[in-house]
Amino acid sequence: MKGKSLISINDYTKEEQLAILELASHFEKHPIQKILDGYVVATLFFEPSTRTRLSFESAVNRLGGKVIGFSDTSSTSVQKGESLKDTILTVSNYSDLIVMRNPVEGSARYASEVATVPLINAGDGSNQHPTQTLLDLYSIRQTQGKLDDLHVAFVGDLKYGRTVHSLVIALCNYNTTFHLVSPVELKLPSSVKIHIKEKNLKYYQYTDMNDVFNSADILYMTRIQRERFSDPLEYERVKDLYILEKRMINDVKENLKILHPLPRVNEISEDIDDTPQAYYFQQALNGVYVRQALITSILGLKV
Amino acid sequence: MTVKELKVTAIENGTVIDHIPSKNVFQVIRILNLENFDNQILFGTNLESKKYGTKGIIKVKNKFFESKEINKIALVAPKATLIIIKDFKVVEKKTVEIPDHIDEIVKCFNPNCITNVEKVKTKFDVVSKEEVILRCHYCEKNTVKNNITFR
Repeated sequence: MKGKSLISINDYTKEEQLAILELASHFEKHPIQKILDGYVVATLFFEPSTRTRLSFESAVNRLGGKVIGFSDTSSTSVQKGESLKDTILTVSNYSDLIVMRNPVEGSARYASEVATVPLINAGDGSNQHPTQTLLDLYSIRQTQGKLDDLHVAFVGDLKYGRTVHSLVIALCNYNTTFHLVSPVELKLPSSVKIHIKEKNLKYYQYTDMNDVFNSADILYMTRIQRERFSDPLEYERVKDLYILEKRMINDVKENLKILHPLPRVNEISEDIDDTPQAYYFQQALNGVYVRQALITSILGLKV
Repeated sequence: MTVKELKVTAIENGTVIDHIPSKNVFQVIRILNLENFDNQILFGTNLESKKYGTKGIIKVKNKFFESKEINKIALVAPKATLIIIKDFKVVEKKTVEIPDHIDEIVKCFNPNCITNVEKVKTKFDVVSKEEVILRCHYCEKNTVKNNITFR
């Protein structure tokens, strides 16, 4: 993977993805190592982020590397109208690797074609967020001991959630059975479903989340995003449809874990946080290990 | 030679592009960049056609197109016939085919795509030639037949 940018999850083969997960479990055991000494990683965040930016920076810092970059564009030449191309070419001179989040779709692919150093996409609008997918896969593997043959339930906004789309596509490599819970107007798009169909995998669609508690190994909750609705009434109608409460998970499979890409609003009630099923904050921590694994692999460093 | 074809004068050497949908003649001219071509170009549109009702036709003198170049017009003139003329004689007839990749000429339908925000040439993979579905190399969104516009 040395020198290989990661823009879309499918840029990496199943074997390459598994190699990252394997290395991530090494970093989980040994998170602090000085193998990035002398390296500079640029984090360019053209829009806000908490977890993604901080976990990338934490990953680099714990490995002894240095981080340069910005978390909003107000103090940069982007404000003077500098093009993305010029920004990327400039930052390529100052760093060994670029991590970029940008609200414009396709900006990451374009930036990787312009950059003279490898680039990791940390989210390009509603398009791709591949490091989230890797850390989701890692979290599933850590909690279930395997990736193959699992029943994974997705709940909430399956239409617009980019993390859902990428994870569904990635899980198609592992004989997953999909349980898809959403309001009718927020169903998984056919462009994503086609990947499930191509692999002849089983999928079931529901509108009531109670229907999946008996079968799911993983419950992947999502936020219904207000900003996606043009009609506020429609948002009001669906926003409280799927609220997971403690009393609902009394009768679940023993191995069930609840994942959420975060931030959450109200879809997981706080009394769940202390149950053995809650895994979403550990999931966010796993993001550091996965990103450590990804950065060292792309830089071609011996671990 | 039929009377209606003579409405546009015959050429000695060059290429005749026939069976263009009438409303797309100017689009074909733009896609092939004929606006900047110095040789003689004759064209007609809203001509009678037995097969299609009406049609457009373009004759370009002393120009023989590469397949890669001409196949671009398949998006707006899928039924076009290419007639290669040498010494006033038809030496070859070809049809056009939608290529596997389409660069530059089409605009991405997604307004939030980088190609619509910065000066970036568009690139598409053709995911369905039958239904004409183009997948943007950058934002990965599909532009479908009814949404295709040209840059």
